[in-house]
Amino acid sequence: MEVDSVFYTDCSGKVTSNPLLDQLPSYQSLLYRRKSSAAGTKRRNSSRMRLGSSGSGKWASSTISRQEEKMAQRPIRELAKTMAEKRRDKTQRLEEACDLSSWRQWRQSTHMYLRKLKVESQELLLSLQLWRGDIHLIEGMFGTGILSYFFFLRFLVMLNLIIFLLMFGFVMLPIIIVPYVSGNTTYNLNNGSPCSVYPSSARRGLVIFHEYITDLLSGGGFLEQTYLFYGYYKVDKIQFAHITYNLPLAYLLTTLAYLLLSLIWIVKRSATGFKRNLVQDEDRFQSFCNKIFAGWDFCITNENAARLKRNSLLYELRTDLEEERIKQKIADRTRKERCRIYLIRLILNLFVVGVLAGCFYSIYKATIFSQDAQMNNVKENFVLDLIIEYLPSIVITLANFITPLLFSIIINYEDYSPAFEIRFTLMRCVFMRLTSIVILLFSLWSQITKCEVDPCVCGYNHLLYSCWETRIGQEMYKLTIFDSIIIAAVTIFVEFPRKLLVKYCECGLTKWWGQQEFAIPQNVLEIVYGQTICWIGTFYCPLLPAICTIKYFVIFYIKKVSLINNCRPATRPFRASSSNFFFLGVLLIGLALACLPVAVSVAQMNSSQACGPFVNYTKSWEVLPTTVSQLPSGVQTLLIALSSEAFAVSFFVFTCLAMFYVIALAGAHKKVINQLREQLVMEGRDKHFLIQKLCQAQSLSANKSSVSKSHSSRMSPSYHTSFSSNFNEGLFLAHPHPSSSTHV
Amino acid sequence: MGTTASKLGKDLLSEYQELTFLTKQEILCAHKRFTELLTKDEKDLPNARVPMERILTLPELKSNPFRERICHVFSTSEDKDGSLTFEDFLDLLSAFSDSATLEIKSHYAFRIFDFDDDGTLDRGDLEKLVNCLTGETDDTRLTPEEMRQLISNILEESDIDKDGTVNLSEFQHVISRSPDFVSSFKIVL
Repeated sequence: MEVDSVFYTDCSGKVTSNPLLDQLPSYQSLLYRRKSSAAGTKRRNSSRMRLGSSGSGKWASSTISRQEEKMAQRPIRELAKTMAEKRRDKTQRLEEACDLSSWRQWRQSTHMYLRKLKVESQELLLSLQLWRGDIHLIEGMFGTGILSYFFFLRFLVMLNLIIFLLMFGFVMLPIIIVPYVSGNTTYNLNNGSPCSVYPSSARRGLVIFHEYITDLLSGGGFLEQTYLFYGYYKVDKIQFAHITYNLPLAYLLTTLAYLLLSLIWIVKRSATGFKRNLVQDEDRFQSFCNKIFAGWDFCITNENAARLKRNSLLYELRTDLEEERIKQKIADRTRKERCRIYLIRLILNLFVVGVLAGCFYSIYKATIFSQDAQMNNVKENFVLDLIIEYLPSIVITLANFITPLLFSIIINYEDYSPAFEIRFTLMRCVFMRLTSIVILLFSLWSQITKCEVDPCVCGYNHLLYSCWETRIGQEMYKLTIFDSIIIAAVTIFVEFPRKLLVKYCECGLTKWWGQQEFAIPQNVLEIVYGQTICWIGTFYCPLLPAICTIKYFVIFYIKKVSLINNCRPATRPFRASSSNFFFLGVLLIGLALACLPVAVSVAQMNSSQACGPFVNYTKSWEVLPTTVSQLPSGVQTLLIALSSEAFAVSFFVFTCLAMFYVIALAGAHKKVINQLREQLVMEGRDKHFLIQKLCQAQSLSANKSSVSKSHSSRMSPSYHTSFSSNFNEGLFLAHPHPSSSTHV
Repeated sequence: MGTTASKLGKDLLSEYQELTFLTKQEILCAHKRFTELLTKDEKDLPNARVPMERILTLPELKSNPFRERICHVFSTSEDKDGSLTFEDFLDLLSAFSDSATLEIKSHYAFRIFDFDDDGTLDRGDLEKLVNCLTGETDDTRLTPEEMRQLISNILEESDIDKDGTVNLSEFQHVISRSPDFVSSFKIVL
């Protein structure tokens, strides 16, 4: 009998094994590769012989051969074996392949060739990825939690680049190449109505240098009548050699296209991280198994980082165990305590709502004040003018700075469990940040549609806002510029001095303040805020995606330098997977909030008559029905039918039915899984019981026989599977070989 | 076989590409790093075996609490001393690479966490695992009470047949539902 090191040896060093138990299929499938493959096959052959002799092993052998067959279909590198064994497998397969018919051979060889091609193209794509070296460095120093932030930044750079290419290709390129391809453009006519008066904003006469800077920072002056803003695209149709290019239609469709593209890409990205879905109702991210088995980042190379990671793991485990105890405490609350807590929460939530309302009101007021001051055009002072221009941005940034601090203080009194506290504060901050942009836009709109004589002649205030889309574009441009400046300024003027202070000054204040922590949620909210502005603003300012691409590109390097030099990892780690979910979730909320203003302005507001591609239409949306009415009648009726109410209602009903079916299916699966789990436990107990009886019977019969087995009392199988630790009657669990070198 | 020659043969390179999850660049990089670990005499030997102490000087393994277990699991030496040949090293990198399947990773993770090599993760294994994660000194360990609570939580989540240990299928099942595993079980040179 061969020495199989999977078996324990008993204390005297001899191997005992139970031939009957060797045949158990579960044991066979758990065999590790220990020795070289030759010995392994010998062992398998010998066990097969044993099976054959006992007669009851037919089923067992067929299971084994079926398993081996299954393994034979998979590519070799997916087998968990050593290199030497894999080589042997490969030669074995090649020999078998020679026996196959030529058709099969050809098929196999094409499969392998295609697979190799696919692998090589993937390798090429991987090598083209942006910032691989930097990300590898960060990974080694900080682990995968913070890394997910940088992956997110890279994703946004790519997204903005693609959006810019879309806008450039369909809107700007036709206009640019007209003189080179000898096309003919029809411009939107200035037909003399009062609505179509567009005073030029170019500066005349002697221009002082700082006015150029004001223009650059505010998007006015010399920048207003450029490709940057909506107002410049006054083209109606372009006649190329064989086709007429309808620019307003292209503009509208490109807007819809980039919103749809962003949605699809984000959803696809979040889905790939979520392939294995919830089967039970446990919280995937707070699961202990996830933290223990997947807890260590194997990519950490820095000694210091490893020590910090250990500390943070310890802290996290302790907090989670503490949280379990708190949950128990919460469940044990008396009724009186519960009423008190609910009352406190109600008051505090009202307070939070009040604070939010106050912030929104101040944003509204600041916007109106800023717009009025710009309209009055009183140029007092360079700096004061800039401040007035940027007043809405400043107010929004201040509000977004104060409210998170306020929320984190309030949440302490609301007595939630720690994990929920973090999430709830985050939700409030997200809501605050993203809604402030929408409030800004709606206050702008209230200004634009407010005329001295009610109702407005052109649908908007044509005296003050002859080209209102450009004004909104300018506001979005200003927000983006200000956001970039703030991020750079905070890093340079707050984080670096803080690090220097903490390093060189030893007083108590600096010790309490401590080194900067890289707070992932706040950083992510910053860039999602910027991205929401970009989505809203691209309709009014087609070059904004390019500006945002450059902005995120620079932010990557700023954040990387700041991280490496100034920051220490957060005490409570942010897990990579839950980060991914959080980032993409917040981004989706931003996208949804961005679609709202764009939809309102396209469908509800009268487009300005003095500039832009939609001069000939009352509302921007009208270009679509006009184009449809020019299509051939068959297509027309089809499109009209698709947009009718009958189709929409039936589509909605069908979607609801499909959703109910899927939900019912999921519920049925859950039930089946629970049943199977219970069955497994039962089967396990059955097996345990039967093995016990079997071993008892064996030991009895061995005792009866007269063969001098000195280990008769030790005929116990030192069975290595899960039952070994649970045997107690008549079975001995042999201790592992003392000189086993596989111990740590 | 010439695996420690200064340059890898083209055939050998493509064979390694086929048998592992590594790309050509990664195999060449691994070869370079491995030859740096060899002494002058060993460089001439085919299939040189590097002892565990030298392998553990690699920065990727130096700060890893499981470094010795990793060497033992991937070692094919007869003496079970954790020494690795170049092919063992490639196997190691392949299992830890980006493109390795979840099955391979969970199989090797199970073997790494199985400190007493008995084929299951029982309470002793889990306790050693947690201690590796949090640190070896006394003030970085969990109290016995916390440890007991933690291990019973883990077993509750992962032990399906309720026998008090986690076997390979149960481990693979719980890993398949763990969202962090694939991104954390990775070593790239």
